[in-house]
Amino acid sequence: MLSHQNSSGKVVNMFDVLQYSFIQNALLAGTCVAVVAAIAGYFMIVRGLTFAGHALPNIGFAGAAGAVLLGIDPVIGLYVFTIGAAISIGLLGKEANERDTSIGIIMTFALGLGILFLSLYFGYAERVYSILFGQIVGISQADVVISGISSLLTLGIFLLLFRPLLFSSFDPEVAEARGVPIRLLAMIFLILIAITVSLSVQVVGALLVFTLLVGPAATASRIVQRPLWAIVIAILLGVSYTWLGIFFAANSNWPVSFYIATLSFGIYLPVRLLSPLWIGRRARRSAKEIYA
Amino acid sequence: MLELFRQDFVQNAFMAGTIVAIVTAVMGYFVVLRAQAFAGEALADIGFAGATGAAIFGISSLLGMFFLTLLAAVGMGALGERIRGRDVEIGMVLSFALGLGVLFLSIYAQFGTNAAEGVSVLFGSILSVTRSDVLITLVCGILTLLIVALLFRPLLFASVDPEVAQTRGVPVRALSIVFLILLGITTAEAVLVVGVLLVLALLIAPAATAMRLTRRPLATITLAVALGLIFTWGGLILAFVGTGRHLPVSFYITTLAATSYFISIPISRLRSPRCYKDRPHPSREHITTPLR
Repeated sequence: MLSHQNSSGKVVNMFDVLQYSFIQNALLAGTCVAVVAAIAGYFMIVRGLTFAGHALPNIGFAGAAGAVLLGIDPVIGLYVFTIGAAISIGLLGKEANERDTSIGIIMTFALGLGILFLSLYFGYAERVYSILFGQIVGISQADVVISGISSLLTLGIFLLLFRPLLFSSFDPEVAEARGVPIRLLAMIFLILIAITVSLSVQVVGALLVFTLLVGPAATASRIVQRPLWAIVIAILLGVSYTWLGIFFAANSNWPVSFYIATLSFGIYLPVRLLSPLWIGRRARRSAKEIYA
Repeated sequence: MLELFRQDFVQNAFMAGTIVAIVTAVMGYFVVLRAQAFAGEALADIGFAGATGAAIFGISSLLGMFFLTLLAAVGMGALGERIRGRDVEIGMVLSFALGLGVLFLSIYAQFGTNAAEGVSVLFGSILSVTRSDVLITLVCGILTLLIVALLFRPLLFASVDPEVAQTRGVPVRALSIVFLILLGITTAEAVLVVGVLLVLALLIAPAATAMRLTRRPLATITLAVALGLIFTWGGLILAFVGTGRHLPVSFYITTLAATSYFISIPISRLRSPRCYKDRPHPSREHITTPLR
């Protein structure tokens, strides 16, 4: 089971791929990204910002394309566009309904610019497409260090803001009455998502970032209710999806994003369909405690 | 300039663009009203998986898109009940569809044909629309508009106030599934014109702009259709004769759409005090009549 026929007909061990340094780099960088994305994704879901999580990677793609056109580092374009978009989303949309519309329009505007940049760019377009689809096997040692440090920094900010962020996510009215600066926190959180997205896009590509943001957190918040446990489970799920995805992709011709998306959907679907069983029981039990 | 209109591909582009602009503007009004911008975006991305999958099997990309978006529309309509929770479900389906799309794209690329074909699905290829595509678009567009016209009043009622509509006996759930199916068909058509990444520009920007300028449903829809036509025709004309350099149509369309939305925001803020002035409520009128 653990061995298979490779293209040259030689039987190789599936775990042999782990010896390659580019696979090790991919695993390390992927782990950093998966941890940060799981935490950011949990808050994203609780705050109902799923659409923003989908829009920001696409906006980042446009920024990277622009940077490539100007001949500067795509990373700079990524950060400028995602943070700029996060600030405009925060400023434009006050109600949830209006917010979705403005997110959609900002996203399509950015993507339109991205297409313009692509069409003006006569160089090697592969570089731009690698931003869209990711190039997890092309990660250098330096990239690992950079994504490790930026993940740690983002994690630190999340830890610092953990309690007020949680409070304002679950009950904004009460939090505001208690003096929590909810408008400011909302803006900071959007910028944090923008940073998370930017550092993840470099590793896993714009199309996959959203999967890592929403998949683990959605499944975890269906399994347990307590925020801390949900975040821990989300991190575990995210890291295992990433490892398994890279592992399977290294042993086949199919892309990492497909494996990770399929794993995340394949685990979410049964949890989503079965969750009424335990969520209903838990609600009845807590209701019994209250009225006892 | 007139010489240009004699050419087949230009005529096809204008015909397909016109049909799509009208249908998306009408559907977009309901999308914005029902706050389903994210669902529209998800259906477009699902269309991406459908189109790339169809390319592998050698069938028309429009058929592939219709098939998968219909499937997803029924699934999304059946799964989600509450507005808040549905965001996550849409996100999960979306991320899975993106993973599938990337898989199909990579298989397609491995077949030796260039990936640019699949990427053109992402960014749109209005200039390669064929006469048969125009006919399919026309038939589907007329059908969609007919169904919307037939369901207009209940759909409007259910979109504006689902609770009251439900108590009045409007089948809100069934309407929402029918609406998602229509939306699936509409996005599949729109993908032909502006590409997956920009469908949202045609879907929500005209309607969102119109809603900021008028309030009456019919006036809003008319204005939205007019704006949609202006964006599409403007984009096409600019792309054909515009600036000497051949910039992509989708860039012009999204830029026109986003600019008009951003202009409409301050206009509506300036006008709003007059609009929000308390009108005498029919049931409260006797209180305001002066006592004699």
